[in-house]
Amino acid sequence: MAEKNINKEATSDIVQRFGARPEMLVQILQAIVMRYGWIPEETIRQLGDELNLSRADVYGVVNYYHDFRTEPPAQHIVKICQAEACQAMGSRELTNHARGALGAELHDTNDEVTLEPVYCLGNCACAPAVMINGRTHGRVNPARFDELVGAMKENR
Amino acid sequence: MSTTRIYVPRETSAVSVGADEVALAIAREAKQTGTSIELIRNGSWGATWLEPLVEVEVDGVRNAYGNISTADVPGLFSAGFVEGGEHARRLGPITEVDYLINQDRWTFWRCGLVDPLSLEDFRLHQGFNALQKAFADGPEAVLDAVAASGLRGRGGAGFPTGIKWRTVADTEAEQKYIACNADEGDSGTFSDRMLMEGDPLGLIESMAVAGFAVGASKGYIYLRSEYPLTHSILSRALEIARNGGWLGENIQGSGFDFDIELHLGAGSYVCGEETAMLESLEGKKGIVRYKPPLPAHEGLFGKPTVVNNVVTLASVLNIVNLGGERYAEMGINRSRGTLAFQLAGNIKRGGLVEKSFGVTLRQLIEDWGGGTASGRPVKAVQVGGPLGAYLPAGQLDITLDYEAFVEIGAMIGHGGIVVFDDTADMAQQARFAMEFCAIESCGKCTPCRIGSTRGVEVIDRMIAGDSREENYDLLVELCDTMEDASLCAMGGMTPYPVRSVLNHFAEDFASSGDDR
Repeated sequence: MAEKNINKEATSDIVQRFGARPEMLVQILQAIVMRYGWIPEETIRQLGDELNLSRADVYGVVNYYHDFRTEPPAQHIVKICQAEACQAMGSRELTNHARGALGAELHDTNDEVTLEPVYCLGNCACAPAVMINGRTHGRVNPARFDELVGAMKENR
Repeated sequence: MSTTRIYVPRETSAVSVGADEVALAIAREAKQTGTSIELIRNGSWGATWLEPLVEVEVDGVRNAYGNISTADVPGLFSAGFVEGGEHARRLGPITEVDYLINQDRWTFWRCGLVDPLSLEDFRLHQGFNALQKAFADGPEAVLDAVAASGLRGRGGAGFPTGIKWRTVADTEAEQKYIACNADEGDSGTFSDRMLMEGDPLGLIESMAVAGFAVGASKGYIYLRSEYPLTHSILSRALEIARNGGWLGENIQGSGFDFDIELHLGAGSYVCGEETAMLESLEGKKGIVRYKPPLPAHEGLFGKPTVVNNVVTLASVLNIVNLGGERYAEMGINRSRGTLAFQLAGNIKRGGLVEKSFGVTLRQLIEDWGGGTASGRPVKAVQVGGPLGAYLPAGQLDITLDYEAFVEIGAMIGHGGIVVFDDTADMAQQARFAMEFCAIESCGKCTPCRIGSTRGVEVIDRMIAGDSREENYDLLVELCDTMEDASLCAMGGMTPYPVRSVLNHFAEDFASSGDDR
């Protein structure tokens, strides 16, 4: 689960860890998202300064990659695979079930959960696959989905 | 009392269906019953349908127990499974599990067998022998062996690896790079992941061999972010290799310097295209480059770069150890050696099957896969990921051979095989192909960026029954444009699945969305 409150020092620490070189931008952004869940506007500005890039350059990269959210996610992030192997095992039906169970559409964030599509978790022989707070689960039918979500909520 | 070794995989699929919990339950039960065990978290053998698959080593024989849940664990102990005892879930020795024994394990032979994070175990199983042989025989011998093997890029494009390596070796530059493409984004594929989780030190060794052969001192692994467990295993393996003196300066006193940096992707499918991957490794948007120049001449940071897929690199170890000719003896026509086929989707026995080219699709789906998971008839099989054609049930007798697939407008790609049963709505699958292209297009070229969105619209009109014949012609024309004028395979091959649906399942446009 993502930590809250990214600040200037935390961003600088991450930049230092990778080195303040433009070629590390994707790595730095990924580390920020993994830890804090999203990239705030101030962080984009700061990274431009620290890596000697324009704000537009940084914004362009943030905007390009699916992983780089520019809005804070909810406490829990649920991703459901939408790709072919999971489709063949009912991921469309599972997604419909999840929308109802979580009260969220794909790409939506509510008080409790952010629901996102993902295109392949590499768990195609255990389809359908779901990732909850960074952990991959396989052979997920609606009943198992409800169990996993129940456990997720308990572990807050 | 002696200590019994028990193996529970640490691999993503096994963990996704409870392997961590099973490992904990086994440790707890052993403690409670006063049984002395050593728990080893191995890679997966690739019989994914049997995961979590637990093995107990008794007198040097590893007895397998399949589909173990935490609820089974107390019963297993009381049935004496620590001595290899009889139990409903006992499969016998792992070396006799039929799914595994009829394979040609050239590249994946260490997966499942070894503890992926033990340098000692790796060394006991020929680890770093290929690198040492390379040091002894010299770079030319490695380049010759790879050329003789006939190995082609396993990421999907199938370019001869020997030619690529020779080109980089022959290009003068102060700095060269090895870039390992581990951005395995095709649905239905997981062989790179299984190798990295089951034999990460093997991948590291293979990159060092490549670096030695072409004169590169630095390697990068570009790993997709959807594989967090792989990331942690690879990170640890890199540390282990470094601490053991197998990465870094003057490796084992050879005078050869080589190190590897592990980079994460950020959820972009097109970054699996080699030039987009290089852009991303440089910290930029993953936008495809024009070719030429080829990456072998001007790749990462403008330097000569070998860009190879994980499985391609790993295949080189035994090519160096055993000789390129041995590899070339397997396979058919211009498809030499083995491919790690991945059985996925609606299939009873999904998993990884490493087999020589020349096996038929039907053998893989029926003999290994056991047919559909639902028990219904096979309707379509998508081979080669989201850019691969859907083959109808009537084409299952095709042999797995790069050129044979090209002949029917299909491709083998990275060897992913996704099975659909007769409830599949193929018009929706054609629509998804276009939709996925629209979501993932890097936007550089118009046919891909705009064509994919127009494609979704045209297919929607066909499904709605709006001038179906005119729209059919329009869709064919759009496919021609995308195929002929796109910059890379994303736009250029999205028409493959679409056309295959038009050719084999056109009737589904009329019935799409009906209750089935």
